[in-house]
Amino acid sequence: MATAEKTPVLSVEHLTMRFGGLTAVSDLTFDAFPREITALIGPNGAGKTTVFNCITGFYKPTEGSITLHHGDGRSFMLERMDDFRIAQHAKVARTFQNIRLFSGMTLLENLMVAQHNTLMVASGYTLGGVFGSGNFRRAEKAAIERAKDWLEKVRLIDRADDPAGDLPYGDQRRLEIARAMCTSPRLLCLDEPAAGLNPRESEELNKLLRAIRSENDISILLIEHDMSVVMGISDHVVVLDYGQKISDGDPAHVKSDPAVIRAYLGVDDEDEDALAAEAIAEAVGEKS
Amino acid sequence: MAAQDLSPRKSGGYDWPAIIKDLIVTSIVTLLILVPIVAYKSVITQYSLTLEPRWTLVFTILAVILATRLFMYLFVWTRAPGDALSGKTSSAQRAKAGFTDKLGPWVFPALVAFAFLLPIITGGDRRSIDLGIYILTYVMLGWGLNIVVGLAGLLDLGYVAFYAVGAYAYALLSTVYLPQWFGTGVLPWAFYITLPLAGLLAASWGVILGFPVLRLRGDYLAIVTLAFGEIIRLVLINWFSFTNGPQGINVPKATFFGLPFKAGDGGFADFFGIEHNRIQYYIFLYYVILALALLTYFVTNRLRRLPIGRAWEALREDEIACRSLGINTTNTKLTAFAIGAMFGGFAGSFFAARQGFVSPESFVFIESAIILAIVVLGGLGSQIGIVFAAIAIMGSFELFRELSVFRDYLPAGTDTVHFRMLAVGLAMVLMMRFRPRGFVTRRQPTVFLKERKAVSSDLVKEGHG
Repeated sequence: MATAEKTPVLSVEHLTMRFGGLTAVSDLTFDAFPREITALIGPNGAGKTTVFNCITGFYKPTEGSITLHHGDGRSFMLERMDDFRIAQHAKVARTFQNIRLFSGMTLLENLMVAQHNTLMVASGYTLGGVFGSGNFRRAEKAAIERAKDWLEKVRLIDRADDPAGDLPYGDQRRLEIARAMCTSPRLLCLDEPAAGLNPRESEELNKLLRAIRSENDISILLIEHDMSVVMGISDHVVVLDYGQKISDGDPAHVKSDPAVIRAYLGVDDEDEDALAAEAIAEAVGEKS
Repeated sequence: MAAQDLSPRKSGGYDWPAIIKDLIVTSIVTLLILVPIVAYKSVITQYSLTLEPRWTLVFTILAVILATRLFMYLFVWTRAPGDALSGKTSSAQRAKAGFTDKLGPWVFPALVAFAFLLPIITGGDRRSIDLGIYILTYVMLGWGLNIVVGLAGLLDLGYVAFYAVGAYAYALLSTVYLPQWFGTGVLPWAFYITLPLAGLLAASWGVILGFPVLRLRGDYLAIVTLAFGEIIRLVLINWFSFTNGPQGINVPKATFFGLPFKAGDGGFADFFGIEHNRIQYYIFLYYVILALALLTYFVTNRLRRLPIGRAWEALREDEIACRSLGINTTNTKLTAFAIGAMFGGFAGSFFAARQGFVSPESFVFIESAIILAIVVLGGLGSQIGIVFAAIAIMGSFELFRELSVFRDYLPAGTDTVHFRMLAVGLAMVLMMRFRPRGFVTRRQPTVFLKERKAVSSDLVKEGHG
């Protein structure tokens, strides 16, 4: 791999997550690199969202470590941090499979909430803000500018003062990405960003993600079922099946990997017969 | 009997067959209900139990019901069927919304101006000033609870606990601790010293309540807050050596910045060279609670526009999304509890000064329920709505006191004051039917680029607790 020389933004090592007797993710190791899009794919129930929830702190992994490196040498052990601290300090932002916008708040307000921590400091933890300190007013103006900037990028600026719940589905997806980007993340985790989008919208999404990758010092990790998105934009693909990594590499490599084809398309009838014959032979062999 | 479905109006005229059919059905249902309940009254005479027929009453009630229904058909339910689906209604609704939006900015200043002038308008009438104090206290409590329930979406059934903390803070500090610590010279200023302390104490109790309930949601949160309210009350009753138990504490009156309201030298009237009148104290109290309520209003309004307020509302909308954006939801909930409790504490301190006496009896669960009813009736998160709800509920309580003029028509021994809870019940039922989200349902955004468009209540969530 060409990326082997770079320092990864995210390194997941021997990640295992068990729910009671069920092992959702077992011994998963992979890296995500700066200014790259890493796709996490796999059949339904392969454990992709569980990996996301471990990285963003919504689950505490049973075993293994997840480390996030900032370019300046700081690194964070995500498996030991609370979910909101991961977002606040380690700068990991995420979107959700079933969109979670603040539907009763306007688009602009949604993006202002995303800048909560910056504004909180600027408002002197509310005290300065109550008395209208200049510092806070400047910070608020900057936050509105930043929100405007992102609304323009996702082409929702005309609807800035409408409630988020009023947007059509595809726009809500884009707004959620804009909201995540307003937290200035180092790692952006997108959980099925193209789900429910029509081909034109997912082409637009590809463009947006490419733009985000090239304009920001950021690594994007995405879960996706839409292969046109995965193959079209990702630099690196990790394939999961039953919680285990079965393939890892660039899209072309993964596409032709027999293990991936087997996981997605099932085993051919002939192969299955052969496997069954092998199994019978083994069983017979053990007896005799 | 869904009246609208019966299509009473066919392109201009009334659909008389449908109306008559409905009136016949109505008569049958009414008679079915009335005959067993009203038609015969059991009368115990000296020797036997007899039935006294009351058919006139039955038919009077029936006539009233039919007349009302006919009136509704002719003048109210005139909407032709299918309107609900066509664009007509929505454009009408939009026009109506535009009208209220235009009126919106004037409502609050008008209310404040009216509140300021009330003692002058009524010419210093003791009863109306008392009622004003009473309503304003509940407006303030409603605004305080609105932070917790309306903005942060956390259902708090024990809000009266903070009111109690504020009231006892004033009572105990002014009678026991301030004289003990600073000597009696400080007493004229007791109210002004205690007010911020009461707020602080209540806020810290808010945090103390907040901690154990952080992980709870919905029903569980409601029950724990309910229990907290009861615990405070029971402690006040049982910790005799500290709170004087159920006998309560007499507290000194507030002063006008050190000038007591009394006849003779050194009093308020003497200082300003006017004649002493007891009403001066009540007018003073009225303006104190008005100032406190306005403080609550403006601080809350300011907080809504700060990151903390947006975080409260975001928390109500979606807690998980908040955490994914790096918002410390623990602190956010605690600040909501603390600031809501602080205003409750201020109000409690004022209450103690007004009553001149505190006892645990004033802080029963029904008080929490009334404050919550005001917030819900006003519309969660809406400050103006709460004013109207407080006027409606507290005003109707007073109205029932006045209803004693009907005493002659009611069975002997009926005290109309006992009907006041019926008023709250009726208000709630009517509200659920006609305005399920309260008087004011539209949310005003805290920040905007081009124009401030109110958010419809369909999109605003009510919170998970």
